[in-house]
Amino acid sequence: MARVEETGGDREENKEEETSWWSPEAVEGGRVGEGPSRGSRGGRGGDGGRPDTPPPPPYSDQVLENVLENVLQFLVCRRDRNAASLVCRSWYRAEAQTRRELSVGNCYAVSPARVVRRFRCARALVLKGRPRFADFNLFPLGWGARFSPWLAAMATAYPWLERVCLKRMTVSDSDLAFLARSFPSFRDLTLICCDGFGTAGLAVIAVLCRNLRILDLIENDVEDEEEEVIDWISRFPETTTSLESLSFECVNCPVNFSALEALVARSPSLRRLRVNQNVSLGQLRRLMARAPHLTHLGTGSFRPGIAEDLNVADLEQAFVSSKSLICLSGFREVAPEHLPAILPVCANLVSLNLSYAVITAEQLKPVILKCNNLRTFWVLDTVGDEGLLAVAKACKNLHELRVFPFEATEDSEGSVSDVGLVAISNGCRKLQSILFFCQRMTNSAVVAMSKNCQDLVVFRLCIMGRHRPDHITREPMDEGFGAIVMNCKKLTRLAVSGLLTDKVFKYIATHGKSIRTLSVAFAGDSDLSLKYVLEGCHSLQKLEIRDSPFGDVGLLSGIHHYYNMRFLWMSSCMLTLSGCKEVAQKMPNLVVEVIGDRPKDLDSDTVEKLYLYRSLEGPRDDVPLFVNIL
Amino acid sequence: MAEEKKPLDWNTAEEKKLELRLGLPGEGEDWSPSPEKGKKFTPLEASLSLGHVSKVPRSNNFTASPATKREAFQQPKQLEFMQLQKAKEKACDGLLQNSSHASRIAATPVVGWPPIRSFRKNLAGAPQLSTESPNESSKAAKKPENERKSLFVKINMDGIPIGRKVDIKAYDSYDKLSLAVDELFQGLMAAQMDPLALGTPKISQEKQVITGLLDGTGEFTLAYEDNEGDRMLVGDVPWDMFVFTAKRLRVLKSSNLSTSSLGAVSRKRSNGS
Repeated sequence: MARVEETGGDREENKEEETSWWSPEAVEGGRVGEGPSRGSRGGRGGDGGRPDTPPPPPYSDQVLENVLENVLQFLVCRRDRNAASLVCRSWYRAEAQTRRELSVGNCYAVSPARVVRRFRCARALVLKGRPRFADFNLFPLGWGARFSPWLAAMATAYPWLERVCLKRMTVSDSDLAFLARSFPSFRDLTLICCDGFGTAGLAVIAVLCRNLRILDLIENDVEDEEEEVIDWISRFPETTTSLESLSFECVNCPVNFSALEALVARSPSLRRLRVNQNVSLGQLRRLMARAPHLTHLGTGSFRPGIAEDLNVADLEQAFVSSKSLICLSGFREVAPEHLPAILPVCANLVSLNLSYAVITAEQLKPVILKCNNLRTFWVLDTVGDEGLLAVAKACKNLHELRVFPFEATEDSEGSVSDVGLVAISNGCRKLQSILFFCQRMTNSAVVAMSKNCQDLVVFRLCIMGRHRPDHITREPMDEGFGAIVMNCKKLTRLAVSGLLTDKVFKYIATHGKSIRTLSVAFAGDSDLSLKYVLEGCHSLQKLEIRDSPFGDVGLLSGIHHYYNMRFLWMSSCMLTLSGCKEVAQKMPNLVVEVIGDRPKDLDSDTVEKLYLYRSLEGPRDDVPLFVNIL
Repeated sequence: MAEEKKPLDWNTAEEKKLELRLGLPGEGEDWSPSPEKGKKFTPLEASLSLGHVSKVPRSNNFTASPATKREAFQQPKQLEFMQLQKAKEKACDGLLQNSSHASRIAATPVVGWPPIRSFRKNLAGAPQLSTESPNESSKAAKKPENERKSLFVKINMDGIPIGRKVDIKAYDSYDKLSLAVDELFQGLMAAQMDPLALGTPKISQEKQVITGLLDGTGEFTLAYEDNEGDRMLVGDVPWDMFVFTAKRLRVLKSSNLSTSSLGAVSRKRSNGS
């Protein structure tokens, strides 16, 4: 295993006072007071010339650490590594030297400088910024989570960086250019729900990252002025590329098709290709002909272009030839009569994403009935309960289901309901994860699911009309969600909706001991709800709450637990500035942010938006004017 | 997307009468938190009224110790809750029966609800061409464009690299749109002015209120791109027509307005269309 040359400078210990009650989740921490601190290795690079560096460890210990490093390099899982690093100083150092992938769940929990100081040889970084509610316009723009400071730190510390995965960060075009220039071995770039960049940044990546294997752009907000769109696809080098995965469904501008086709033709390793909706069906067919070994295909619009005379048989033949396909997505503007062309691959499909396909149950049935090996299925509610029934009949191995609303408004009619949910629960007993948007639901349907699908790990039900009760009994939805937490012992993620009282939170607190992520909106009667949850859910790490009648009393009841959490978000609740200040005072390692849509919102005593998270660094230095850190 | 905030004190009777809501008349207007009125704030109804963000009045028993609080909560709570439930039931039935009526009243949507990312919205308006099968395919897809519930269009501002999206169907007049745009970008502009204030105290910055968007008097002007690709000034055509044809919005520096880029405007204006 190649060892990165030390960049000089000593490897001093992390001498800051680290809190000892943190869980090993975040990339920080370490034992304090383990004995004399140790400086840099003897005989290997300089010791940085610091006057107070202690002498290097004796030779035998050095050997031990070398051995340890060779053993620890086999540890891959982050939790194992965190545990190993806590054994003693020697293990801490060895682990820090051998950790290749860094995973930072909250970019403000720890600073780039601290990370870089501890981990010297990282090759991959996974970095997450804003919490999920930012996707729904609840965070004002410009709040933060910029990639730039991390990039700057890594450019000097990790010249051999190969992989970067960012989620909900702000990445600019110049960041992308800097990345492309700084890391000659760079191979994998994955951006999920990020913003701030456009085709200019993509072009630089294409030109300069000669070893690029993965370029996956997933659900990002790619902004370009109409006049400034750059033909980035044509910027890939003319030679054979090492591309294995190329996903750009979220890049909405037109693409140079002949350049794309040529790129695919000279990328023999390409296995995953997901194009945007500007690629027509005829163009797709040509791409498939160029890449018959694809395993994952994002089909673009799935509609013939203007004046495209598409032979149905030709299209079906393209799918017949793509024997390796296991994952299909796209179908952005699907012409339903062409959907059956995918029939030849249905039996092999493990994942099918029809969540943009406006189709009926009748149009879905012939396809889904063949998808007997499907594990993941995303669909629009236009298929109705009848469509879901067909899914239940055919997909006995289904692990993940997401049903999205065609009309995402509170007063839309909604085509799926408790009937569909019960059908799914009866047919798909192995279900582990469900996201279900609807307008009508009953407790009994949810109870049925809790009993039939005991493997559920993720249960997210969104009844879109606020405060809607069981549409048959008119009761609150407490019993349904209560049954979920009682019967599904593996549940780690829960999102509740509909008319809910304090009772449901008592159930959640009593039975939801494994729940790590909880989403609450328009629910509960009083602070008791929040108190129950914070006192009862011992594994809780992420709590996002909006528009619920919880105030300072509830907030303060979580003081014993906030250091164990990644974050708490509360918006449009009943918090006051004094309550939040009290939390901030009592918990010095918590960053308590009060966010207003405009700077003047911060003057009032009511707190509209609260975002608090643990951090080793204290208040961040890039706070915009509409954020107040208490 | 900017939230429209209204003050919480609905004091005057006139205001109450004029308030546009759904639900049975005379119900649930009482904002006072006192339990003897027996009726708690009814979130469902209030959420249907125009321009309202659901807020719940504070409970009187806020600072009580947990034990007494629980007792104090339970009895009046349960009573209130039963009444609340009944009221909501009625409102809900009313809602379902009048759903088409409801859509035309167009209650101001709450920001970020339902929790769907913006690129998944607008599906209801996605083009469904004539290649549809003659049998009734998706009933919803056949809805004509102007019955869409929301229409998100991109909006960019000169000098700010990151654009946003606004739901122009959430507003019913140019003034409201202008206000929303002002709110949307004020925060951004403030951030732009002083993005990395290291340790400097937050002295009150001169507030850059964006006025005069529609009449050319302000520093900025609101323009849009229509379905033919022409750039036009916002405000010329009737509101309904604007909603139908606008595809993108842009907040331009008034000094950047050139007669060439908005040539279509002056022509259309002079034609009085």
